[in-house]
Amino acid sequence: MSSNRRNLPPVTGHDRYIGTSASRPNAARLTEGRGTYVDDIELPQMVHVAYWRSPAPHARITRIDADFARLMPGVVAVVDGAEMAKVCKPWVATLSHMVGMKSAPQYPLAMGTARWQGEPVVAVVAQTRAQAEDALQYLVVEWEPLPAVVDTETALDATTPVIHPELGDNRCFTRTLDTGGVDEAFARADAVAEITFQFGRHTGVTLEPRCQISDYNPSEKRLTVYHSQQAPHMMQDLYSRQFDLPESQIRVVCKDVGGSFGIKVHAYPDDFATVALSIMLGRPVKFVADRLESFTSDIHARQHRVTGRIAAAKSGDILAFEIDDLTGIGPYSMFPRTSAIEGNQVVNLVGGPYRHQQYRARLNVVFQNKTPTCQYRGVGHPIACAVTEALVDAVANTLETDPLQLRRQNVIPDDAYPCAGISGIKFEGLSHQACLDKITAMMDYPALRREQSELRQRGVFRGIGFAALIELTNPSAAFYGVGGARISAQDGATIRLEPTGAVTVMVGVGEQGQGAEGIFAQIAADAVGVPMSAVRVVTGDTDVTPYGGGTWASRGAGIGGEAVLLAGQALQQNILALAAAILKRDAGTLELVDASIIDATSREAVMALSELGRIAYFRPDTLPPGVAGELMVTRHYAQRDYPFIFTNGVQASLVEVDVDTGFVTLLKHWVVEDCGRVINPMLVDEQMRGAIVQGIGGALYEECLYDDDGLLQNGNMADYLLPMAAEMPDIDVAHIETPTRSSKLGAKGAGEAGTAGAPAAVMNAINDALRPFKASVYSQPITPEKILRALGKV
Amino acid sequence: MNATLDQRLIRITVNNVVHHVAVSPRQHLVDFLRDELGLKGSHVGCEHGVCGACSLLVNGQLVRGCLMLAVQADGATVQTIEGITQSGAAADLQAAFVARNALQCGYCTPGMLAAALDLVKSRPHATRAEVREWMTGNYCRCTGYQAIVDAVCDVLAKRAAKQSAAGQTGVQS
Amino acid sequence: MKAPAFDYAKPAHLAEAFALLARYGDEAKLLAGGQSLLAALNLRLSEPSLLIDLSCIDALRGITLVGSKLRIGALTTHTAIESSPLVAQHAPLLTLAAPHIAHRAIRNLGTIGGSIAYADPAAEWPTCALALDAAIVVASASGERRVAAADFFQGLYQTDLQPGEIVSAVEVPVRAPHQWCQFSELARRHGDYAIVGLAAVAVRQANTLTQARLVLLGVGAVPLRAHAAEQLIEGKALSPARVDQAVDALRDSITPVADLTSSAETKRHLAGVLLKRILSPVVSGV
Repeated sequence: MSSNRRNLPPVTGHDRYIGTSASRPNAARLTEGRGTYVDDIELPQMVHVAYWRSPAPHARITRIDADFARLMPGVVAVVDGAEMAKVCKPWVATLSHMVGMKSAPQYPLAMGTARWQGEPVVAVVAQTRAQAEDALQYLVVEWEPLPAVVDTETALDATTPVIHPELGDNRCFTRTLDTGGVDEAFARADAVAEITFQFGRHTGVTLEPRCQISDYNPSEKRLTVYHSQQAPHMMQDLYSRQFDLPESQIRVVCKDVGGSFGIKVHAYPDDFATVALSIMLGRPVKFVADRLESFTSDIHARQHRVTGRIAAAKSGDILAFEIDDLTGIGPYSMFPRTSAIEGNQVVNLVGGPYRHQQYRARLNVVFQNKTPTCQYRGVGHPIACAVTEALVDAVANTLETDPLQLRRQNVIPDDAYPCAGISGIKFEGLSHQACLDKITAMMDYPALRREQSELRQRGVFRGIGFAALIELTNPSAAFYGVGGARISAQDGATIRLEPTGAVTVMVGVGEQGQGAEGIFAQIAADAVGVPMSAVRVVTGDTDVTPYGGGTWASRGAGIGGEAVLLAGQALQQNILALAAAILKRDAGTLELVDASIIDATSREAVMALSELGRIAYFRPDTLPPGVAGELMVTRHYAQRDYPFIFTNGVQASLVEVDVDTGFVTLLKHWVVEDCGRVINPMLVDEQMRGAIVQGIGGALYEECLYDDDGLLQNGNMADYLLPMAAEMPDIDVAHIETPTRSSKLGAKGAGEAGTAGAPAAVMNAINDALRPFKASVYSQPITPEKILRALGKV
Repeated sequence: MNATLDQRLIRITVNNVVHHVAVSPRQHLVDFLRDELGLKGSHVGCEHGVCGACSLLVNGQLVRGCLMLAVQADGATVQTIEGITQSGAAADLQAAFVARNALQCGYCTPGMLAAALDLVKSRPHATRAEVREWMTGNYCRCTGYQAIVDAVCDVLAKRAAKQSAAGQTGVQS
Repeated sequence: MKAPAFDYAKPAHLAEAFALLARYGDEAKLLAGGQSLLAALNLRLSEPSLLIDLSCIDALRGITLVGSKLRIGALTTHTAIESSPLVAQHAPLLTLAAPHIAHRAIRNLGTIGGSIAYADPAAEWPTCALALDAAIVVASASGERRVAAADFFQGLYQTDLQPGEIVSAVEVPVRAPHQWCQFSELARRHGDYAIVGLAAVAVRQANTLTQARLVLLGVGAVPLRAHAAEQLIEGKALSPARVDQAVDALRDSITPVADLTSSAETKRHLAGVLLKRILSPVVSGV
């Protein structure tokens, strides 16, 4: 990795860890198999639940006969929707700032009608999961098929059945945006390109399936939920409201989480059902989704059909974009973040890097009888970026301009910030030009073009594709809070000095593998002035950590990290004040470095931190009158300067297309990203690489394939193709650092930009390779067959 | 032989400890290790043999723990990540995984390390491309694989250097 | 998901296995390497009352040269075939094909007998068996019989195996002098079941192939011999034009079954590409 951090001032007086590739303190135990994932936890009296899920996309449940199932060995309870509804209230997932959005009440278990294949209908609880599954086979559920809404294109037709008649139609949300002047821009354009894009519905496939243990203790009316989840306080609030329990009586614990990517930031019907069962039975109930039910019950995402147009002048200036996006979200908007966000983001983000002045967008979000969709890593960005960047390439081709040059000409210049994007989004400071310069050098672009042209003569077809992108991170309350969703936009950190001089850091943002705990330790160590080895980070426990939003929208480093920094610096001040009182000196003459209180001028140690701890905790009687050590400090941070802090970057992909077979070989991938201050370059690089490979999954492999009747055809690990090691490219990562001024730390998010840009870069590279054949593919995933069709070979 | 639905008594050596235990025929090896022996390091990811999270070593061979019944392991020697750690056989791989950040959520890691250990033992001269091909049986959803490939290549290079140094000084390793 | 309950027996001799098969009939399943069966059990796609674990039956083991045949015991794992010098010497097609089978962990337990008996039309061993004109050795209480691979695979997951019978070995004619063989697959990801694959065996002299056997996998319910293409190239000096004719003949002669992401048309096209790529080096004498 390389970085231009030369002009960045240090965050603390002594940045020893911030900015370094320190190893994550929590990684070693995971290499030894010593993690604690939910399924590793066993509690006394614990029972297991398996759900009978709808086998049909739309069905009226006519009879449930559980008599035989109840007789099966080990069975503890069989519960249907009506019985469960007595314990858990229904919910409707809408946001008030998404004007006109609608959805229908949803229950933990389907009430009379099931609306997607995989919707939970009946719960069977037994001593073991195997016994629960045995009993499922003896459960008699009779159902009649109802006509299913499968095709989004006809979902709004008058002849299509309405999934929720009380809503009037199958429209969840619609939005238009028009700057004016779009038709005029297209009329005066020298070059216009129009493309219709298809994006396949896909899903997150966390390697650890969704899982939880719900443990309700009736003696104290207290609920403890061990959850593989990204937002423990959000779940605490939801359980509190749906089950009428005070928050203080609910503890949500997230230990190790085996991958999340947005899959585990939602509140699923079976989450509530499992809690309800624990309340009904007064004992712990474990639910671990098996892989087959993951494919139909985890949220899906990204099913969009977008028609896009771009207008440009002969000079190469982009004049306007126009898009029409149709997206299908399943039969309900997902709780509590809603399913209209993804489409809304597409509208906000198309054309984002560029300085055109006209834009028009139309969005329709429709209901259908398929698995609900919701926010998954990148949320709308991969769609918006692919649409934008493919249109840019298409118009560059028409103008016979180099695509990189066209981007350089049209990006919002680095000296133009702060400014607003064309959709109204606010940019604080971006670095498109610097990123484009850097990637040009990194990949030796002219040499690659020469090689491409030479190889073409020999019948080898390589392509180079770019994706410039913006990504929203560090969200303010504008995302959810202002719409009425009780999802914390602020996060808190508590740091406690231990008597030995060690510090314990408790943060609302948790760890799912990104390295959040690692960077919190780095920041805390520098902010307090102790070695990283003296820092212990605790996350994922609503009984322990300050209130916080958790991990989503690339907010861990920027929001959680800032809270840690503020708390650490405040603790350092308190420590120095106490030291000054003990030493009878002016606190301004002291510094805390490497767990030692030193004289600021002579740099000589005057007191060990452990000595201060000993005195403060065990011999407070020796302190001067009126002096007390405040050695546990909490600070909160909410980003309030902008709705979001945008990051930017550029990716490039080099591919080779076998034009006889349609197979694509990924030769290399480059990325230059700007996530503001880089706290740990290695971890940012790895976030980029992992996210890029997830993006490549969507571009080339992943799709939930439904048949015309609305049944999932490939809901298993063998038929749903994920990226694997052999086919993935090496990915070179470099950084530009434009810190945000909305925080002291200056960090922006880094978790999703990779996924945002990779599908665009790979698609553009493939189409660049196919250019000699005047062929192109705009339907993802790009399969060999789609390429062969584009080439006219099949 | 009388066929009944009763449990079967097996003798199985897990991480150098011999167990005589009764098992249900239907229980696969990973569930047995996790639920009966409390060895939670092997993870269940798909239970149909695709993801590789449950990979472990049986009689020294890499296998999918979900595609082997506990009862089939009667007489076998099993090494899980716990035993591999204790023996030190993969200590360099584990250190390289941490150094390269070749794991994020860690769910795939025990299976990934079992595959990596099998690789460095049986293909000590593997090229980077061969490492990618070999490790491709195990899914990782977090890293994008490059760091894993880097970590394995680091260990191959270090072991080869050690081997050749030992060869030059005539020391048996 | 967890497998349904079943009973388990591990006979030490074939006779015991036959007795169990006689008693349980369809209710019993034979367990060799289990790499397909256990996945099916865990998914509750199969619910036998009894699993008969064959792993202790010595008669099903070993790779031996018997006269002009290489006998590969049913319990021989894919890994053992991949690394066997005997196989490399006498049946090199199998050495070429083995690395295409799934992944190392699967190859370590999966067996050739299991693969032949399961008869997945996209699997490598049935295709190679047909290309090599192998005999499937089938044992039962009444003795042994040999079935030509061409007769053994009868339909999707359907074989000539009769109730009470067990695949005990595969017998491959040892490599003839000048035997030429190739194996190629197009799989989306390394180790996946291929969209299309092609095994080719012939006697080669310079740019001429005789006794060619071209067998496709992944295009039909059984491994499919491309007779029309074989006839077109038989004994003729291969030229680019003749290769093209063979490719056309191959495409005309097959009616592939679509899979989830590849249509019949795509498979037909790709089968032709594979044939062209396998034959082209013969044209140029490489």
